[in-house]
Amino acid sequence: MPDVPTAPKARKFRGQVFIDWDRCKGCGFCVDFCPPKVLAFSTDYNSHGYHPPFLANEEGCTGCDLCGLYCPDFAIFGVRVPVGGEEPELASAKP
Amino acid sequence: MSPLPTINPVEPFLRAERMPHIWCPGCGIGTTVNCFARALVASKLPLDKVAVVSGIGCTGRVAGYVHLDSFHTTHGRAIPFATGLKLARPDLTVVVYSGDGDLIAIGGNHFIHAARRNVDIKVICVNNFTYGMTGGQVAPTTPVGATATTTPYGCFERPFNLPFLAESSGAVYVARWTAFHVRHIAHSMVEAFQKKGFSFIEILSPCPTLYQRRNKMGDGLDTMHFYKQHSVIKNGANTRDVDINLQGEIIVGKFVDNERPTLQQSMEQQLRQTLRDRYAGWGGV
Repeated sequence: MPDVPTAPKARKFRGQVFIDWDRCKGCGFCVDFCPPKVLAFSTDYNSHGYHPPFLANEEGCTGCDLCGLYCPDFAIFGVRVPVGGEEPELASAKP
Repeated sequence: MSPLPTINPVEPFLRAERMPHIWCPGCGIGTTVNCFARALVASKLPLDKVAVVSGIGCTGRVAGYVHLDSFHTTHGRAIPFATGLKLARPDLTVVVYSGDGDLIAIGGNHFIHAARRNVDIKVICVNNFTYGMTGGQVAPTTPVGATATTTPYGCFERPFNLPFLAESSGAVYVARWTAFHVRHIAHSMVEAFQKKGFSFIEILSPCPTLYQRRNKMGDGLDTMHFYKQHSVIKNGANTRDVDINLQGEIIVGKFVDNERPTLQQSMEQQLRQTLRDRYAGWGGV
């Protein structure tokens, strides 16, 4: 597991991912190409028999939404939640 | 604090009732649709002025899945339909979203002539090196040595070099990326939307079920790692030199970006010059 770049307190944002459990086909793009490597496959199956990912390291997620950009099944996306309590921001608004 | 946006940013661009889609696990077409949605957001185009035209094939399904005005046409004829649409409705941004078999094999003649005439359409070609929907037959893009259902001892035909074909036919914008280069694809699509004239973006994509499995290249994820390791970004490279081999390096980047009068502009100019006052004007440029 690579090191997490910044401590959560120093950051303006924390990341959060949303996963559509039954849409996932378990291709693994998000797990492999997540820059801070915070996703992992779950051991449970979804209704199609695949292992969807889950956020294994909540502190490490930056909400960059690269998982959302890679997911071929439109099953996952990330958002940035400001720590200070302002408006949440979709990183994907600026590709 | 307002509630979190719990809708996927690509969701407004999809027909949710048609999900899940038919693309195999590890296929890269869905990834390119993500990039397309992000590019539409970034380019700030009004969505009722965007039309998607697709032919037949796995990538041809895109027209049925995106929640825009879309056109699922006959096999290979996506570009003729798009040309007609663009001439009748010049205010629309017409995007042709189709695969290599549809655009380059059966529709190859339409492709070169649309590029020659510089019709103002944006062509996004998802190249998976095979005919995916019909069962993995050899395509005009299959690299030499690759195994397909119709070439069990390896393909011995020289494949098309799509950026070179597009440039020599007259396209004004030519780029190639792989499904791994998601941000580059989105950026290229934004540039193509702003361009006047025939824009061509080739996106190499894994076909894990047919092409990769038959050639023992692993699954979709292995292919994405292969693209990551073997692609070299050379913007402005000579398109003659960007052939694709079975296992060699893949040259990606934006190769061509120039200006040329479009079909509508040339027609307007010629008719105005010849007919002078008798030309009533078309108003479509």
